[in-house]
Amino acid sequence: MVRRLLPILLLRLRTPLVALVAVYAVAILGFVLIPGENEAGEPWRMDFFHAFYFVSYMGSTIGFGEIPYPFTPAQRLWATVSLYATVFTWLYTIGSLLAHLQDPAMRRMVQESSFRRDVRRLADPFYVVCGYGDTGSALVRGLDERGLQSVVVDINGERRDELATDPLTRNVPGLAGDASDPRALELAGLSEPHCQGVLAVTNDDRANLAVCVSARVLRSGLMTVGRAERGETEENMRSFGTDHVVNPFETFADRFTTALRSPGMYLLYEWLATTDEGRLAEPVLPPAGTWVIAGYGRFGRAVARYLEFHGQPYRAIDPAPPPDQAVDMVTGRGTEAVTLRAAGIESAIGVVAATDDDADNLSVIMTARELNPGLFTIARQTQRRNDDLFDAAELDMVMQPGTIMASRILSLVTTPLLTDFLRHARHQEADWANLLVSRLAGLLAEGEAPEVWGVRLDEYDAPAITGWLGEGAEVGLGTLLRDPRDSSHDLRALPLLRQGPDGDEELLPDPETPLAAGDRLLFAGRHGVRARQRWILDNRNVLAYLLRGRAMPESHLWRWLGGLFTGP
Amino acid sequence: MNLEKVTFAFFIVFALTVNFGFVWGEVDVPAHHSVYELYAALVVSLIATILKFGDRTHIGAVMLATSLVADLQLIAAAVVWAVAEHITGTGTTPTVMAHVVSIAGGALLANLMSVILLVIETVTVRR
Repeated sequence: MVRRLLPILLLRLRTPLVALVAVYAVAILGFVLIPGENEAGEPWRMDFFHAFYFVSYMGSTIGFGEIPYPFTPAQRLWATVSLYATVFTWLYTIGSLLAHLQDPAMRRMVQESSFRRDVRRLADPFYVVCGYGDTGSALVRGLDERGLQSVVVDINGERRDELATDPLTRNVPGLAGDASDPRALELAGLSEPHCQGVLAVTNDDRANLAVCVSARVLRSGLMTVGRAERGETEENMRSFGTDHVVNPFETFADRFTTALRSPGMYLLYEWLATTDEGRLAEPVLPPAGTWVIAGYGRFGRAVARYLEFHGQPYRAIDPAPPPDQAVDMVTGRGTEAVTLRAAGIESAIGVVAATDDDADNLSVIMTARELNPGLFTIARQTQRRNDDLFDAAELDMVMQPGTIMASRILSLVTTPLLTDFLRHARHQEADWANLLVSRLAGLLAEGEAPEVWGVRLDEYDAPAITGWLGEGAEVGLGTLLRDPRDSSHDLRALPLLRQGPDGDEELLPDPETPLAAGDRLLFAGRHGVRARQRWILDNRNVLAYLLRGRAMPESHLWRWLGGLFTGP
Repeated sequence: MNLEKVTFAFFIVFALTVNFGFVWGEVDVPAHHSVYELYAALVVSLIATILKFGDRTHIGAVMLATSLVADLQLIAAAVVWAVAEHITGTGTTPTVMAHVVSIAGGALLANLMSVILLVIETVTVRR
């Protein structure tokens, strides 16, 4: 990038540089032409060498004095003139250099060039995160906690600056630029071989769409995840093959109705896809009955649709109800008792505050509670800085788009198998979920959230297993669930899904299942179990111990000796 | 007529002519080679170099390169002269003079190339 910066700087500095050379040339020539005297008073002329030397230290105001002989008055007159001329030309040159470096366009170029350099230097695989708002920052933090590098593009320079102060373990390069501009994506390393995916999570649907299209066109095959708040954007994104489209409203409405339908399933989702390590979600039990939705915008509609799907009656309040709606609408803001009463809040069992204003939503909840203290309360929170307020309000559920999307995208990115597992889980009965939740709870410590991880049985991820399988031996899935320190103990983990190399899938695979090279497995378990399981996957001797039930000779000599006594 | 083009061409041609003026004459006769001419050649060449900054075309890049070569050669000639005169105290002997002039002669070639490139560029612009 210096390549581009330097010519522009030199071009802009042409005039001061020419002035500098000209002033020096005239000053030097003057000293050569003006006659002087040596110590003996004989005529003496300065040569170019000494004149250049003198002007150099005079122009830079170092001033070593009059050399080699004291000057004559004529020389002093010329020295005075050239002193002012050279000093002012220097000031002019340095002044315009600084002015050009301070120029906003130039500073942007300097920032871009250092950003590009940072991105090029990244040695680890990275994700490009477009938008550093609530979602983007939570996402970057989550990736950072999981040891993954990210690169941020945000249209707002201030938010980019926050990146420098946020507590991250890695240096995350940030660019203040419009992510929908393909050049910004290119700068962010879209074409770098290390780039693993583009996550478009700005708060503007059009920008996200543009990012997904650009990523698709510039580098097809790259994983793209887009945030879409409108249905048409969602469909548009899917139409050209965006890998995952996340709609915060739909996602939340889906979770909410899952809780309504099957609390066990909801708990399973929350436990497995949670991003807050170590904190276990409380079971949520929304009652069945009539719901009141205040604010019939995108979120309100999404909740209404899901409620309708599950056969739950509801009434909606909106200041400007759409004319073609067949539903029971009350015109008003929902923040006043009158409209809430008109919507039948006294006989309702829950209220959803779904306007796009945090203060309004809290006001709806407070008013509704006064009218009917037993309500199940759900509120939408749009600004992260209101966290404390929503915490203090003790709501039953808070819909926070940033956190919801960040956790959703994180699980998509870090454990793609989990997404497959949850897709299968959706089609299971409520009892199945309850059973699985209780099995998981049995493995975990009180109040601790499970760790979820994927394992791929290949040369890189599981050399011991593939080595063993390559020799024709059989290894059962149960081997991966035994404690490598004592084979009679089990690891506190549960296999959730096995995906064969040819795409066959097995939900909750049996421990007897034989493993095959290329299998992908999903486990959930206690924190720390994953590290212990790595031993089995990596270390041949540990695996042999678990398979044979005793320690195996580790060196050639002992193996040979062992062979002598037991036979080949 | 464009004043920028005039200045540009002026300095490039001037660099060549002054350089030629210095080199012209018997190579080892100090009387044929004026120190002022070498000085003028160096200053003009430096200005010509600065004027070429920032042109991002290919021909602009080559012109900048030839100019840098000329500067380098002229500075080398001046340094050799200064060293002989003041540091070793040899003075302008025929040997020293021959060294200085042949180095400046190299700069002459580079300046000649600059002018040729200038002519080529001018011919391609039919305005």
